[in-house]
Amino acid sequence: MIPDNILPAAIVLSSLIPGLFIFLLDEERHVLRTVLNMAGALGKLVLVGLLIQGVYEERLIESRWTLAPGLDLVLSADALSVLFVTLSTVLWLVTTVYAVGYLEHSSHRSRFFGFFSLCVTATVGLALAGNLLTFVIFYEALTLSTYPLVAHRGTPDSAQGARVYLAYTLGGGVLLLTGAVWLRSLAGPVIFTQGGMLSDLAGVYDGQLIAIFFLLVGGLGVKAALVPLHGWLPQAMVAPAPVSALLHAVAVVKAGAFGIIRVVYDIYGVVLAESLGLLSVLATMASITIIYGSLRALSQDGLKKRLAYSTVSQVSYIALGASVFGPIATIGGVVHLVHQGVMKITLFFCAGNYAETLGVHRVSEMNGVGRRMPWTTLAFTVGALGMIGVPPVAGFVSKWYLGLGAAEAGSDWVLLILVASSLLNAAYFFPILFRAWLADPPASWPEEHIAARRLETTGALLWPPVVTALLALVAGLFAAAPVSPLEWAELIARREYGL
Amino acid sequence: MIDWLALTVALPLLGSVLAAAIPARSPGIGMATGLLTTTAALSVGVLIAHAGELRSDLGGWGVPLGIALQADGLSGALLVMANLVALGISAYALGYFASGLRRHFWPLWLLLWSALNALFLAADVFNIYVTLELLGIAAAALGALTGGQAAIAANLRYLLVGLLGSMTYLLGVAILYTGLGTLDLRLAAESLTPGPLAWTAGALMLGGLLLKAALFPLHFWLPPAHAQAPAPVSAALSALVVKAAFYLVLRLWIDLFASVVGPGPGILLGALGAGGVIWGSWRAFRSERLKLLAAYSTVAQVGYLFLFFPLLAAAALPKQQELLGALLLLALTHGFAKAGLFLSAGLLQKHAGHDRIAELGPAIRSLPAVAFAMGLAGVALVGLPPSGAFIAKWILLTESFAMDRWWWALVVLVGTLMASAYVFRLLANAFGPAAHQDAVELGGDVQTEKIGRMIQAPALLMALVAVVLLGLGAEPLWGLLGSSSP
Amino acid sequence: MATQLLFGLVGIILFLLGVWSFLAHRPLLRKLIALNVMGAGVFHVLVAVAYRGLEKTPDPIPHALVLTGIVVAVSATALALTLGQRLEHEDD
Repeated sequence: MIPDNILPAAIVLSSLIPGLFIFLLDEERHVLRTVLNMAGALGKLVLVGLLIQGVYEERLIESRWTLAPGLDLVLSADALSVLFVTLSTVLWLVTTVYAVGYLEHSSHRSRFFGFFSLCVTATVGLALAGNLLTFVIFYEALTLSTYPLVAHRGTPDSAQGARVYLAYTLGGGVLLLTGAVWLRSLAGPVIFTQGGMLSDLAGVYDGQLIAIFFLLVGGLGVKAALVPLHGWLPQAMVAPAPVSALLHAVAVVKAGAFGIIRVVYDIYGVVLAESLGLLSVLATMASITIIYGSLRALSQDGLKKRLAYSTVSQVSYIALGASVFGPIATIGGVVHLVHQGVMKITLFFCAGNYAETLGVHRVSEMNGVGRRMPWTTLAFTVGALGMIGVPPVAGFVSKWYLGLGAAEAGSDWVLLILVASSLLNAAYFFPILFRAWLADPPASWPEEHIAARRLETTGALLWPPVVTALLALVAGLFAAAPVSPLEWAELIARREYGL
Repeated sequence: MIDWLALTVALPLLGSVLAAAIPARSPGIGMATGLLTTTAALSVGVLIAHAGELRSDLGGWGVPLGIALQADGLSGALLVMANLVALGISAYALGYFASGLRRHFWPLWLLLWSALNALFLAADVFNIYVTLELLGIAAAALGALTGGQAAIAANLRYLLVGLLGSMTYLLGVAILYTGLGTLDLRLAAESLTPGPLAWTAGALMLGGLLLKAALFPLHFWLPPAHAQAPAPVSAALSALVVKAAFYLVLRLWIDLFASVVGPGPGILLGALGAGGVIWGSWRAFRSERLKLLAAYSTVAQVGYLFLFFPLLAAAALPKQQELLGALLLLALTHGFAKAGLFLSAGLLQKHAGHDRIAELGPAIRSLPAVAFAMGLAGVALVGLPPSGAFIAKWILLTESFAMDRWWWALVVLVGTLMASAYVFRLLANAFGPAAHQDAVELGGDVQTEKIGRMIQAPALLMALVAVVLLGLGAEPLWGLLGSSSP
Repeated sequence: MATQLLFGLVGIILFLLGVWSFLAHRPLLRKLIALNVMGAGVFHVLVAVAYRGLEKTPDPIPHALVLTGIVVAVSATALALTLGQRLEHEDD
C-alpha cells in the first residue's frame, strides 16, 4: 500500500501539512480548522497502525533524505519509536478535541493550532529519528514550536514563563548539540542501533565517552525535568491547560525521557553504560529527582503546580528504569513512558476542567467538587490512584516491574526510593481526593463559567479525560493482553538485551 | 551563444542609465532590469551546474590585456543568491519608497547590482579593485539616501573607510604585479611563490578586504551605516555587499595565496572572527533599536564565517571541500536570512513609525506575516534547525572536534546562545494581549502607515529560502563546488 | 634603475604618510586629502613598475591601472565632498 520508505515521512507530514494550512486560516473558520486538525490526527493514526504492523513483522521501514555529504535525515521505525509514536498520536487526537473545547473563546486560535500541529510534527519526528542528527533536529524544532504555545496568552506572566522555558530548553539544546557533534567526530554517523554502537571505542576513549554522556543527558535532562534542570516546568504552567497536558504527557517531557532511553540503549548500550559507571550516576540523578519532585508537590496549593512537580518526579521513573541493569527494569521504565503519559494527561485535563468550568485553580478551592463534577473527578481519581501505584490502574504495572527489576539487579536502595515516592504520591494526592469527594462544597464557586446542565461541563472538555482515564484503567487491567503497552515494552527489552 | 556572464553586468548598467534618464519610469525600468538580470544570473548558475565553469573574454581580448569574466561553483552559487536577494529587495523597494526618493534610488541601486555581479565574476585582481570601488560608491550613496544628518555622517564614514581599504588593496595589487607580471587570478596563482613579495602583497590585499568585510575589530563603521540606511538598502548592505568582500577574501585565500597562507594566518583570522561573534552578539543583545540589532548581528555573522579559516588552513583536501561547502551554505543562508530580517524591520518601522524594540509589540502583532518572516529569519540567524545555517554549523562543530581544535566549537556554541538571546528578545514581542488593545496603542503614533500584502511577500520568501530550501535542499552545493577545478 | 627605485620608494612613503594622516586627523577635508595622497603613492609605485628599461616602451598595463585609479579616486572624492557638504548644510 504505502511503500516502506515513505511511511515514516508520511507520518511526520500528516501533521505538518494541516498545520501549515491552519496558519493561513482566518480566525472565524472554526469548522475548517477542526476538520483539518482531526483529519491530520486520524490520518496519522491510520499510518501509525500500518507502522506497527510493519515493525512487528520486522520489515525495514525507513525514510532517508540527504542534507549534506555524510549527513542524512533518517526516519526509521523500531519497536521503541513505534511505542512513542503511538502514544503521541493517540494522545494528540484526544488533546485536539480537548483544546477545541477549551479555547472556544480564546483569541489567536489559528496561530495556536498551527503551532500545536508543528509541535506534534516535531514529537513524531524525534520519535521516528533513526540517528542522532535527526533526533537533534526535531528536538530543537520541538523547542521552537512549543514556545509560542507557552507564550500564547500574551500576559506578562505568560511572557515570563515562556522566557524561562526558552532559556532552559535552548541551553539544553546547546548541551545536546555539543555532545552530539563531539560523539559524531569520534564515532562517525551515530545511528541508533539496538544494543548500542560504541563498543569499538571502549577502552581508548572512555574519558571522552563519559563526558559526552553527561552532555547528552544534560541536554535531554532539561526537557525531561531532571533536577536541577527542571526549573522551567512549574513556570510553564502559565500555558493554557491543553498545552500543559501536551507538554507534560506527550511532547516535551517525554521527548527528553525518550532521548535518555535512546542514549542508554541505542547509542551506548546497557553493557557499555554499565561498565563506564554511567548507569549508577543516572540512577542517582533520577532518584534525587523523584524524591525532590514529590516533596515539592506536597507544598503546592496550585493544582497545576502540584501536578507539575508530580511530573518532575514521575518522569524520572523512566530514567530510573533505564539506569537499572536488567530487562525487567527496562520494561518498567519503558512501559511507564506510556502509562505516565496517559495518567498525567488525564490529571491535566481534569485540572483544566476545574479551571474552565468553575474557576477552581487551587487545591484549597476543591472542596466538594466531586459532587458538582462527578465524572471529571472520577477520571481524576483514576489518574491519581495510578500515579500512586494502586492496582489495577496502569501505574501499578510500571512500578511493579521497576521494583522487580531493582530487586533482581540487587539495587535495594532503588526499591526504597520507589516505596518512598509512592508514599509521597499518596501524601499529596489523597488529600485532594478526600476534599473532592468528602468535603462540603462552598456556597459558590470562584467563577462558574459553564453552568451545570445535563453534563457537568461541555462535551469537548468532558470526554477526553474520561477516555484517557479509561485507557489508563484498561492498560493496567489488560496488561497481559497481546497488544498492551506492556507486551510492547517486553518486545523492546527482549530485542535490546538480545534475549 | 549568449554571453550570460556579460549580460549580468551589462543589463543593470544599462538599466541604471535609463532609470537616470527617465526618472518618472524608474521603478518600472528598475524592476524589469532586475528580472532580466536575475534570469541571466540563473542561466549562469545552471550552466555551471552542468559544465563546472564559465569564462568569457570581453571583446575577444585574451589575457593579459583583456578583461575577462569567469565563474565557478563558488562564485556561481553566490551570484545566484545575490541576484535572487536583489530581486526580492527590488520588489520590496517598489512599494517602499515614496515618489521623491524613488528617482534617486533606482539608478544607484542598479549600479550597485552591476558592480556586485561584476565583482563575483571578476577574473583579475585589478578588475576586483574597480568593482569594489564602484560597489562602495554606490552603497555609500544609497545609504545616505534619506538625507538625514545621522545617515549622511554614518555613510560618509563608510565611504572613507572603504576607500582606505581599497587603496590598501590597490597597493597590494601593484606589488603583486611587480613580482608576477600578470593580473589574472589563474595565471598569478600558478606563478606565485612564497616569499616577502607574496607576503606583503597578500597582507595588503587581504587587509584592505578585511576592512570592507567588517571583520572585528575593523567592523566599527558597519553598525551605524547599516542601521541608518533605508531598509532595502540595509538589506543589500548586510546581506550582499559585506558578503562580496568576504567572498574576495575567501577567493584570494584558497586560490591566489593558497601556497602562502598557512595555519598561522588562519588562526589569526579565526581569533578575530571569534571576537566578532562575541562582540557583535553582545552589542546586538544590548541594542534598543531593531535595525541596529540586525546590523550588529551582521558583525557576528561575519565572525562566524571567519571561524572556518583556521580549519580550512589545517585540513586535508577532501575535508577542505566539505568545510568549503559548509562555509558556502552558511554564507548563502545568511544572505537570505539577513535580507529577510531587514526587510521585515523596514515594514515594522513604517508601520509603527519607529524601530525601538521595546515598543514594537503592537506593530509586530498586527503584522503576523512579517512576524513569521522575522521568526524564520531569526531561526536561521541563530542557526537552529531546519535552517541551512544549522547544517553548516553542525559540520563546523564536528570538524573542529575531529581536528582536535574544539575551542572554535566553543565559540560557536557560545555565539549560538547569545544569538538566541537577542533574537528571542525581539520575537517575544510577537505574543501579547488581544488585538483590540494593540489597535489603540498603534493609533496614537506618528507617521504610521498601512502595510499592503504584496510588500510583505519578499521578506517572507527570503526567510523561507533560508530556513526550508537551504535547510533541506543544500546537498547539491557540494556537487557544485566539486565540479569546478581546484 | 635608480629612478625606478626612487619612484617606488617615494610611492610607498606617500602611501604611508597618507595612512597616518587619515587615521590621525579628524576634519573631513584632511581625510580626503590623505586618501588622495595615498592614491598618489600607489600610482607612483605603479609608474615605477611600468618601467622596463631604456630600450623598451613602458608596460602599458600599469599605466592603464593608474588612469583607471585616477578616475575612481576623483569620483569617490566627489561623492565624499558632496556628502560632506550636505552635512555642513544640515548643521546650519
